[in-house]
Amino acid sequence: MQVKVNGVTYEHEVEPRLLLVHYLREVLNLTGTMVGCNTSNCGACTVLLGEESVKSCTMFAVQADGREITTVQGIAENGDWHPMQTAFHENHALQCGYCTPGMIMASISMLKENPDPSEEEIREALEGNYCRCTGYENIVKAVQQAAGQSA
Amino acid sequence: MIPVAFDYEVAESVDHAIELLGQHGEDAKLIAGGHSLIPIMRLRLAAPSVLIDLDRLDDLNYVRDEGDHLAIGAMTRHRDVHYNELVREHCGILGYTAGLLGDPSVQHRGTLGGTLAHGDPAGDMPSVISALEGTIVVKGPDGERTVGASDFFKDYLFTDLDEQEVVTEVRVPKLSSDTGWSYKKFSRRSQDWAIVGVAAVVEKSNGNIDSARIGLTSMGSTPIRATATEQALSGASPDQVAEAANSADEGTSPGTDDAASAEFRRHLARVWTRRAIEEALNR
Repeated sequence: MQVKVNGVTYEHEVEPRLLLVHYLREVLNLTGTMVGCNTSNCGACTVLLGEESVKSCTMFAVQADGREITTVQGIAENGDWHPMQTAFHENHALQCGYCTPGMIMASISMLKENPDPSEEEIREALEGNYCRCTGYENIVKAVQQAAGQSA
Repeated sequence: MIPVAFDYEVAESVDHAIELLGQHGEDAKLIAGGHSLIPIMRLRLAAPSVLIDLDRLDDLNYVRDEGDHLAIGAMTRHRDVHYNELVREHCGILGYTAGLLGDPSVQHRGTLGGTLAHGDPAGDMPSVISALEGTIVVKGPDGERTVGASDFFKDYLFTDLDEQEVVTEVRVPKLSSDTGWSYKKFSRRSQDWAIVGVAAVVEKSNGNIDSARIGLTSMGSTPIRATATEQALSGASPDQVAEAANSADEGTSPGTDDAASAEFRRHLARVWTRRAIEEALNR
């Protein structure tokens, strides 16, 4: 398979049963993408396939052949954080940080689809990303800030 | 949580998928969006020896206006169904329900054809397609055939699809401005399966009900129509809705599991059928 991850093209021979999240973490060593529930509920493994958020625990690596994947480690540009990362930082939108990579990728995908979401729309769009620390308040604030910046 | 090893084939076309199904026999399994199949493979409840991937069949991702109905390609992602203008204008219940399945990331992968072919009676889409009296187009080695929703769902995770057949299209009627609809899903957490779901499509005339079609989720081994309620609603006035809804669980066979008892499901079916019809009347 050949896949472009965070702008770099890779070629690997992999077992068909290798899940995308394990390919990213164990073959490419991109451990910023987390493994959470393994059953597409929690969102810790969220990455972008093209421009759309997907759960990398519920996709086989071979299915990404010829496609473009972006992980949380590929969104900063020239050492500058992505506005969503800055917004999470400034709003203290994390405590333990485990859900954060997935939250950030799902939030970036959300703003692509809906650049000016209401608070309710933000909460709905993040229903597939669990955070067990923050109670979501600051995450919602961070997405609101990022939406303001990019609008 | 790693699936059993399997061989992987990419279908280049529907005909190629049919050919591959013939070549690999009964242990081969089609994969569309994979959001039902991959989790059960990871849990090793399913262990196909060959996966035939439909993911590249972009020509099956479409919504077309066919006059009195919409034709939707089987590989149309739930998110695309949700946002599609034709669906929003002509078949609101379908777009609404597509936006309710899983979450946005799941909807980016999951497909309309896939969720129907999976045939889970706890899935939301099968009961919505049943209430719409939609048609499923399938293609096999002997060509194409169409199957009505009531004939498509045979049993728990079991459909009318033959071993070498592929779902290619789903057809749903265009709803008129006199048609109200509602899909009500009762679950404990936002992403859970429906403990009970009720899809209602109600034809209205002069403030009364002309006819109603009601599909129930999680009330048996397939999506089930609430036929007794449908009959009671034929020509009914709005003040007869509550009584009609009281027979919503007639002829159903809900199970008992960790989420709810069969008795509670029957209660929920009656309550949510009433609420769904009331919402449909106001929409």
